[in-house]
Amino acid sequence: MQTRRETLKHSAVVAGLLASTGLFPQFAHAAFNKNAFDAKSVQDALKAIGPATLTESKDVTITGPDIAENGAVVPLGASTTLANVKQLLILVEKNPSTLVAMFNMSDSIEPTVSTRAKMGQSSDVYAVAITADGKALFAKKEVKVTLGGCGG
Amino acid sequence: MKQLMAWVVLASGLAALPALAQKTASQGIDEYRAMLQDGNPADLFEAKGEDLWKVKRGPKNASLEKCDLGKGPGVVKGAFVELPRFFADTQKVQDLESRLLTCMTTLQGFNAEEIAKTPFGKGEQNSVTALATWISAESKDMRFNLPQNHASEKTFYEVGKRLFYQRGGPHDFSCASCHGEEGKRIRLQDLPMLTKNPGDGVGFAAWPAYRVSNGQMWGMQQRLNDCYRQQRFPYPGFGSDATIALGVYLGVNAKGAASVAPAIKR
Amino acid sequence: MADPMRIRAQASGDKATVRVLMSHEMESGQRKDANGKIVPAWFIQEVTALHNEKTVMTAEWGPAVAKNPFLQFAIKGAKAGDKVTILWKDNKGDSRKDEATVS
Repeated sequence: MQTRRETLKHSAVVAGLLASTGLFPQFAHAAFNKNAFDAKSVQDALKAIGPATLTESKDVTITGPDIAENGAVVPLGASTTLANVKQLLILVEKNPSTLVAMFNMSDSIEPTVSTRAKMGQSSDVYAVAITADGKALFAKKEVKVTLGGCGG
Repeated sequence: MKQLMAWVVLASGLAALPALAQKTASQGIDEYRAMLQDGNPADLFEAKGEDLWKVKRGPKNASLEKCDLGKGPGVVKGAFVELPRFFADTQKVQDLESRLLTCMTTLQGFNAEEIAKTPFGKGEQNSVTALATWISAESKDMRFNLPQNHASEKTFYEVGKRLFYQRGGPHDFSCASCHGEEGKRIRLQDLPMLTKNPGDGVGFAAWPAYRVSNGQMWGMQQRLNDCYRQQRFPYPGFGSDATIALGVYLGVNAKGAASVAPAIKR
Repeated sequence: MADPMRIRAQASGDKATVRVLMSHEMESGQRKDANGKIVPAWFIQEVTALHNEKTVMTAEWGPAVAKNPFLQFAIKGAKAGDKVTILWKDNKGDSRKDEATVS
């Protein structure tokens, strides 16, 4: 059972991550958001705490394996049952660049995306859904990255 | 008495924990592998291979569509699960990749020796790998049924078996060191026992495969040569009798097992 | 010109699930080569998905997306016979466009 303190800590981490990406809460549909993907330092990401709403939500789901045999290819998915979703983001907390991918939704797309990410090490991974009214909701899970062996 | 009971319960509870933890880890790995099955990047190599079979190329500007992979010129479906086998035109037992070299030479005018010397992942080796990927896909889920009718085929099986158990190199390894017993593994990689049929989609039945760890497509030739490297032997060489003999040994042992090639691996 | 993508689009009910495999190195810019020099980052930055000529999704990717990337999403209201187009552009300016018909 997650304590209130843990929930707040997670919110702070995600808020920090989003703040460091420069996306949240006033995001721009720019051509390529270089600042977002340049966010390298996890320390800096954790320091910043965004003032706007950022909540962990059961309406957002992050899918991924509990253990990845190899960090080179980790299947991760973000989905949500919320309405009016403008963007779906996938982040890996401990990666040098925390933001992996950002998907701009339209009414014609189901709010579910899957891709594969590189993970440098075991880390929490986040799915963030940003709705039309500027709210960011997230879900997270831990993905352990292990080294499989040889051959295979 | 009550205290003793408490200790017994605690001890048995603790004893159960490691077993539980182990199950979760390998279950987790299985789930990870299942997640990667859909959308295997091997598809990209398969597409390239199909192209290379049909396009006119090489000094003779011809396609490979007349290549005989053992079931007659141009017959691709089912060929993969009957290789290696004896070929009358070359009077040799050949595996898929060495047979592709034969066809690329006779039909298209390429230089087989040059391609055999080319390192994996470079030049025409990439063409061979892509072709092997597509050809294996055309036999996906079919069951291995290597012929053992010709004297050479039987000899190669025996040679392959001896090579499998031959120890050498600075670590005195043989194939059997890793693949000669049930239940072996290296870190988290299970090592199939290959002295008998290891089951569907395992060992010989799982190559060519896309390796996610380096994003490379590997055919059986690269897999076998690299096994030797891991045993601290020099490469036997692309299309060498040694690797073909091992292919016969592994393939015949896998008789009846379903091929899952092209597979996806760590 | 970059290698072609593999696009599969399958209609089921009132939507079509699209699965794409792209051929790309997706070099992270973190790796060093044999001489110790950083291998420059080279990765798909933008992805655009169209349904019958209409843009339905765009994406921005960073170097952390895996090599030979896989992407899956679903288009509402897409049915058999419709056209799905995927376009990608990488940080070196190379691009690729492929189409598939919803089955």
